[in-house]
Amino acid sequence: MTRKGAVESAMRTVLLCAGLASLLIVAMTGIFILREAMPAFREVGVWRLLSGSEWRPGQELYGLLPMIAGSGLVTLGAVCLGLPIALGCGIFLAETAPGWIRGVVKPSIELLAGIPSVVYGLFGLVVLVPAVRGFDYPGNAGFGLLSASIVLAVMILPTIASVSEVAIRSVPDEYRKGALALGSTRWEMIRTVVLPAARSGILSAVVLGLGRAVGETIAMIMVIGNSVMMPSAMGGPLPGIFLSRARTLTGNIAVEMSYATGLHSSALFATGVVLFVLIMLVNSAARALMARNAGGGRG
Amino acid sequence: MKPSRNGRVTARKAWQGCAFALFWLSGIAAMAVMLAVVGYVVVRGAPELSLSFFTTSPRGGLSGDGGIASTIVATAYLVVMTMAFAAPLGIGAGIYLVEYAGNSRNRIATTFLKLSRFGSETLAGVPSIIFGLFGYALFVTAMHFGFSLLSASLAGACLILPVVVRTAEEALKAVPEGYREASLSLGATRWETIRKVVLPSALPGLTTGIILGVGRILSETAVFYVTLGGSYRTPTSVLSSGRTMALHVYYLAMETRAFEKAMATGAVLVILIIIVNLAINAVSRRLSAGSRS
Amino acid sequence: MADTVPRLRTAGYNLYYGSFRALRDITIDIPENSITAIIGPSGCGKSTFLRSFNRMNELIPGVTVTGKVLLDGEDIFRADVVALRRKVGMVFQRPNPFPKSIFDNVSYGPRIHGTRDRGVLASIVERSLRDAALWDEVKDDQQKSALALSGGQQQRLCIARALAVEPEVILMDEPASALDPVATMRIEELMQSLKQRYTIVIVTHNMQQAARVSDFTAFMMTDGFRAGNLVEFGATKQIFTTPADSRTEDYISGRFG
Repeated sequence: MTRKGAVESAMRTVLLCAGLASLLIVAMTGIFILREAMPAFREVGVWRLLSGSEWRPGQELYGLLPMIAGSGLVTLGAVCLGLPIALGCGIFLAETAPGWIRGVVKPSIELLAGIPSVVYGLFGLVVLVPAVRGFDYPGNAGFGLLSASIVLAVMILPTIASVSEVAIRSVPDEYRKGALALGSTRWEMIRTVVLPAARSGILSAVVLGLGRAVGETIAMIMVIGNSVMMPSAMGGPLPGIFLSRARTLTGNIAVEMSYATGLHSSALFATGVVLFVLIMLVNSAARALMARNAGGGRG
Repeated sequence: MKPSRNGRVTARKAWQGCAFALFWLSGIAAMAVMLAVVGYVVVRGAPELSLSFFTTSPRGGLSGDGGIASTIVATAYLVVMTMAFAAPLGIGAGIYLVEYAGNSRNRIATTFLKLSRFGSETLAGVPSIIFGLFGYALFVTAMHFGFSLLSASLAGACLILPVVVRTAEEALKAVPEGYREASLSLGATRWETIRKVVLPSALPGLTTGIILGVGRILSETAVFYVTLGGSYRTPTSVLSSGRTMALHVYYLAMETRAFEKAMATGAVLVILIIIVNLAINAVSRRLSAGSRS
Repeated sequence: MADTVPRLRTAGYNLYYGSFRALRDITIDIPENSITAIIGPSGCGKSTFLRSFNRMNELIPGVTVTGKVLLDGEDIFRADVVALRRKVGMVFQRPNPFPKSIFDNVSYGPRIHGTRDRGVLASIVERSLRDAALWDEVKDDQQKSALALSGGQQQRLCIARALAVEPEVILMDEPASALDPVATMRIEELMQSLKQRYTIVIVTHNMQQAARVSDFTAFMMTDGFRAGNLVEFGATKQIFTTPADSRTEDYISGRFG
């Protein structure tokens, strides 16, 4: 019996350590990146990092505003392009698709989620960039926010589609029966009863998609042009801004990491901190929405 | 629409028709995009795919000559090493959370449970480049592992740990409580119960977690871009630099501009991912079939 | 009752979920080689009380107990819990065979406790399946998955699995509530034959069943504070014909009437 007791408590300790490790990794990720970013925060200053519009490591100028704008705009573009189709897919799969077509569309979306981002980047580089270059617009080289937004729209589609499908499916069937019994058409039932009931789940699907968009690195480097510049419409109408080259926060880190030293390197870690904070804000929004959804479902 | 006595109903039906048509279009669009990307990459890459493509290594230089042999080897090493770190840790953490901490009212255990759940949820949302930064700062620089398989697999393990922990938790929670009660009532200890009854029942779910992790490593690029170095030579030790297939696609496309070779490598990756997805579906189908019989 | 030896005994036993008292001050002597039924309205704590005898309540976070529970005069809270559960087997409300073969289910306990020899295991399995009246139905197909058996067979398998570790006491928590009448009857017959060698304590919500199978009956009810306590304990015949407490009579007549 004592041998059993010893094995028991040994295993308990071993498993506890495994559990602690995942905690430790989060803590260490945060601590390490913060520690490395400290010199930049101290010497450049938080405000100048966030609001500076010049990033010239050679001249010790570290302003992240162009990258924040780049990440923001490309995410906006991706959501505008991808969201309608993604939600349409979510509703289609959950409510209106016949079994056989669901059996084809669903695995397609699962595969879209699994395709490596470098393959999306490659596709964007070889197919989209030359196509976008076809627009006659000053300064348009194909590389830029539009190509990147299209690639990103495809990449966030599966996340939004499958999470919103789950949210819509979890709406109790009684709601549907109630609406139909009152003489609604199926579409009226979806619009007036099902979608409002699934609202916060759908919202959190969108927020998760946003998180994925802000965090994407490799595909962005491959198609967005990577120029450090405030995106602008080059004097044309405002939507022309999407033909501008740009750089994302993630791209900023990946492109310069391998040769950066000293304050430059620290500024890249500071970029990581800004990205981390941004993602945490997005994620806690998602979690708050999901918690509200769960609470609403019970109440 | 023709006017009729039931004009309003007809109009409502027409709205429904429009809305449903849009949903159909969305579904078909998603499928078309998938077919376009996969089809394009596979069709353009296919002419390059030959036996020698798999058996020769890249020769470097600017022509993109050679195949992908060394990148297959590097990818395989990386997958095995990453899983060797992440699988025991992740499954162990899952077991602790479900089988021990979850059954305890002990203050420390419940705090731990909350913290650790927060930890793995936080990790799950962190963009991969952050793990790249972390891996670069800790493993490459501070611990002097350099750009190597070791650094990359440790960073990769941090990346997939949340996936493994979460699927392990779900798989263990799905094991009926009655199995545990029966085993304990026969005088088995907690650990004996876990080892002999709980883990065998949770095996398909745990396998799914592992396969998901493998898929994630296969397709990840950003983390390895800043931790693995990118040498196209076949790695000879855990401290060797290397290049995964995904990284190879990146270098071929961005530096060598050898698009055909990049497409061919991409096609191999996509086919591997399809196999991974099929495997997951097969395991989960067996899972649901097993629970019904 | 004076001529029987108490096997299980509780004295001043209380059980709390956090600060809520779920069982209040229970004192009972359960005699050897007999069947004792615990009856009472749902929510009166009879299952919780039953689970006290093999310390299964310890699996629920926040449970604390005071008072004594004795097995053969020994305090079970001082004993090794593994050794205790070996002596006190349990059969659950829903049949819960492991997703393994019939043979592996029955041999699970002996293996855990160190029996490795295949021949010895085979004879333990045969004896246990015979005792559980399942042998004739499964002897030719012991490698079949236990999940392929019918509900009644599964429950007898669970009984066999409990018998295989050679317990002294068997706790049964509404063992027939998930079964059809024919399967229930077989379980009841089985209990009659098992009581020659084992002390059986059964929780049941079915009073006819208690009256049919048990030698002694304990009636439990919740008090004004929702804590379960023992109202009356005695020979089954006496409890069902001339209960001493008016609450017992109300419950029994109410249910029968």
